[in-house]
Amino acid sequence: MTLALYVPRASVVHRLPAGAKLLALAVLAVALFVLPTLTAAAAALLATVAVGLLVARLPVAVLARQARAVVWWLGALLVVHALTTDLRTGAHVALRLLTLVVAAAVVTATTRVSAMVAVVEWLCAPLRLVGVRPARVGLTIAMALRFIPVLVERADRIRAAQAARGGSPRGVRALRTTVAPLLVQVLQMAHDVSEALDARGADDVPPPRRRRSPTSEVPR
Amino acid sequence: MRFRRPGPAPAADDVADPGRGIELRGVSHRYGDRPVLDGLDLTLTEARIGVVGANGSGKSTLARLLNGLVVPSEGRVLVDGLDTRTQVRAVRRRVGFVFQDPDAQIVLPTVAEDVAYGLENQGVPADERAARVAEVLERYGLAGHADHPAHLLSGGQKQLLAIAGVLVMRPARIVFDEPTTLLDLVNARRVAELIAGLEQQVVVVTHQLDLLDGFDRVLVVDRGRVVEDAAPGPAVAAYRALMADR
Ligand SMILES: Nc1ncnc2c1ncn2[C@@H]1O[C@H](COP(=O)(O)OP(=O)(O)OP(=O)(O)O)[C@@H](O)[C@H]1O
Ligand SMILES: [Mg+2]
Repeated sequence: MTLALYVPRASVVHRLPAGAKLLALAVLAVALFVLPTLTAAAAALLATVAVGLLVARLPVAVLARQARAVVWWLGALLVVHALTTDLRTGAHVALRLLTLVVAAAVVTATTRVSAMVAVVEWLCAPLRLVGVRPARVGLTIAMALRFIPVLVERADRIRAAQAARGGSPRGVRALRTTVAPLLVQVLQMAHDVSEALDARGADDVPPPRRRRSPTSEVPR
Repeated sequence: MRFRRPGPAPAADDVADPGRGIELRGVSHRYGDRPVLDGLDLTLTEARIGVVGANGSGKSTLARLLNGLVVPSEGRVLVDGLDTRTQVRAVRRRVGFVFQDPDAQIVLPTVAEDVAYGLENQGVPADERAARVAEVLERYGLAGHADHPAHLLSGGQKQLLAIAGVLVMRPARIVFDEPTTLLDLVNARRVAELIAGLEQQVVVVTHQLDLLDGFDRVLVVDRGRVVEDAAPGPAVAAYRALMADR
């Protein structure tokens, strides 16, 4: 799993506010499109890698892992452009994408999930007017990040249990034999998690801007 | 992360009387029309209380009654005089709960964030929160993992993390529902030692009878009733005799 990528280091990049880093990422994306030269893209990539490795002191592996994830995609872009336009345009497009992927990796590796979520909450603040609770949005994102690896692990466990008894289903049958038990586990887990949230005071403060119904808890 | 706007907690605590412990008065419970607990009258004031019994006898339901996760179909449960039916928030601040499966109770991606979760719910200010989280992580040997993703911890570390997330909230009493069932011997012993060292009142549901050594009182639950209520020695003997007859 390549989630939760935070790599703790004492660097300037780590200390920058999450909002600033996300803004810089957005600016970089726009700049890459309004400066449409191959040299600009190459320079941006070099600068991004330098910031990641030298300033933030991230391990090469962290950036390489993200780059590897899109390498086929980059190759395909290159081929399609070589066939339809020319290789130079292809290289430019691929370089631009690679730069953004590496830059995003630098941001996620230097920013705690909590800080990122706080920015999302801040961005959602105007939605308060239509009754959305930004804190809940943040909690949902953070919990999704927490439970995706758990679900992957549970799915692996189901597959391993089936393989141990000689099953190695594929296609539609795999869907039935893996998804159905996984769904049962997910529902059970959702119930357990909601109990755990309750036990740790998830509803300690009543929801804002809602009248209490006569049946709800009245603190004496 | 702010999951909640800070604000004063409901001030129900001022009527609480810490000396009263946890009281069950004429408690029965059923899920749908299936009876699970039947006519319990108990006063739990001892520092170390164990609960044993067969699978499905109602132990987890009994444990969940103690902090209002389950409200009884009949009767009342009082924690320091606070009714779990009407003052559930105040009750949950006094009674922490540790579940069997740590994966289901670790709710945030990294170790430190997860420990801080309950404090955020209580509206504890950020700097005090950080200090309390750091202290608890240090005490349970998780300080080096503060920023690590929780899913990379071992099973034993996950259970320690789950317990740390409860202890950081400083409840006066803690209920454990089979806290060592998924752990190997070494980690089970660590958790047992941790529980033994707590200053809080502790109620432990378990199938691992050696966890109850040195406890003050052990309840044996069978088919929804407390059939034995004694010191660990006689209670465990009664439990073994009961199971031998099945
Ligand atoms: N949420 C629920 N809905 C319906 N029935 C339930 C629910 N929770 C438990 N039960 C049933 O109530 C009975 C008592 O369950 P409980 O979990 O309290 O037993 P237990 O003593 O903790 O068992 P174990 O040792 O297996 O954990 C069981 O028959 C169980 O199937
Ligand atoms: Mg149980």
